[in-house]
Amino acid sequence: MSTVTSKSTRPIAGRDHIQGPIDAPIALVEYGDYQCPYCGDAHPIVKAVQERLGDRLCFAFRNFPLSNMHPYAEHAAEAAEAAGAQGRFWEMHDTLFENQNALEDDDLKQYAEDLGLDAKRLMHEVLNGAHAARIQEDFRGGARNDVNGTPTFFINGQRYDGEFDAASLFAALNESAE
Amino acid sequence: MITGAKVTSLAASPMRGSKALPPGTPAPAFGLRSTPDQTVRLSEFRGRPVVLAFYPADWSPVCGDQMALYNELLSEFQALDAEIIGISVDSAWCHAAFSRDRKLHFPLLADFEPKGEIARLYGVYRESDGTSERALFVIDAQGTVHWSYVSPVGVNPGAAGIISALEQLKKNET
Repeated sequence: MSTVTSKSTRPIAGRDHIQGPIDAPIALVEYGDYQCPYCGDAHPIVKAVQERLGDRLCFAFRNFPLSNMHPYAEHAAEAAEAAGAQGRFWEMHDTLFENQNALEDDDLKQYAEDLGLDAKRLMHEVLNGAHAARIQEDFRGGARNDVNGTPTFFINGQRYDGEFDAASLFAALNESAE
Repeated sequence: MITGAKVTSLAASPMRGSKALPPGTPAPAFGLRSTPDQTVRLSEFRGRPVVLAFYPADWSPVCGDQMALYNELLSEFQALDAEIIGISVDSAWCHAAFSRDRKLHFPLLADFEPKGEIARLYGVYRESDGTSERALFVIDAQGTVHWSYVSPVGVNPGAAGIISALEQLKKNET
């Protein structure tokens, strides 16, 4: 169905935001939206499987903001990318998912300050869409890879459509170890 | 959105037993209300590809997600010279409320009276439910069905198949 190879639903070194070794036997890619409540629910589950699998898991996050439905999603994604430009993507990523009910621009600025980032630079990038092209690239790639909503997960390149609780996800990840 | 159902495949071939018009068929003409006082005709799109997305009903969760996805991809479809139209048996008033609620920026057509007439013409009416299938058609610039796909009713078919069909059309042009 898709013209994109399954390879692009695996973490890409040097491009993606990645946690864990790139050559880990298990690869998990999430397409998510910081304002999506289901992504918020998935966040601690991802954390739990990361903790259990340790270095056996490589996790990558890509943006799939449904901006018309979630008015704060785009700026939140920009804030995470802008934090990434200061080397602190994952801290902002976690903060956003842990504070989904407070994603207005003032909140983003506050989180940047709390994380000890250059908040002025971060907000300048957010408000000017400095990372819009990358977010759009994530979105376009996702749409071509059968990402139909959020969150969508790929395990070793294959879309995971199973139950989403820590036990089921852990079992699916464990089974797919290469 | 996470669904509990295990989906085995979203392969491009239509569902078994589907009577959806196959590629190569002239797309049946229609004129349907997009708002209580506006009518959209298929013939208006002649000269460029158009995507028809039949869906069972406004407001149902999967439909919402599916239409929300297309709403985010309008610039992508436009880059491929195409327009997208949603069609269900809901009335124009219902569409107006749904569209406003979801901030949709593409037309939803009311296949309302006679109910499901256009869905029947395209072979995607579900007699048992009184709604259309969740079916996608990519119509080429000459008004011929280039690609069609019927998804299980509860499964969001996404946009990958549409984009791939539109990219192929664009490639054929050059």
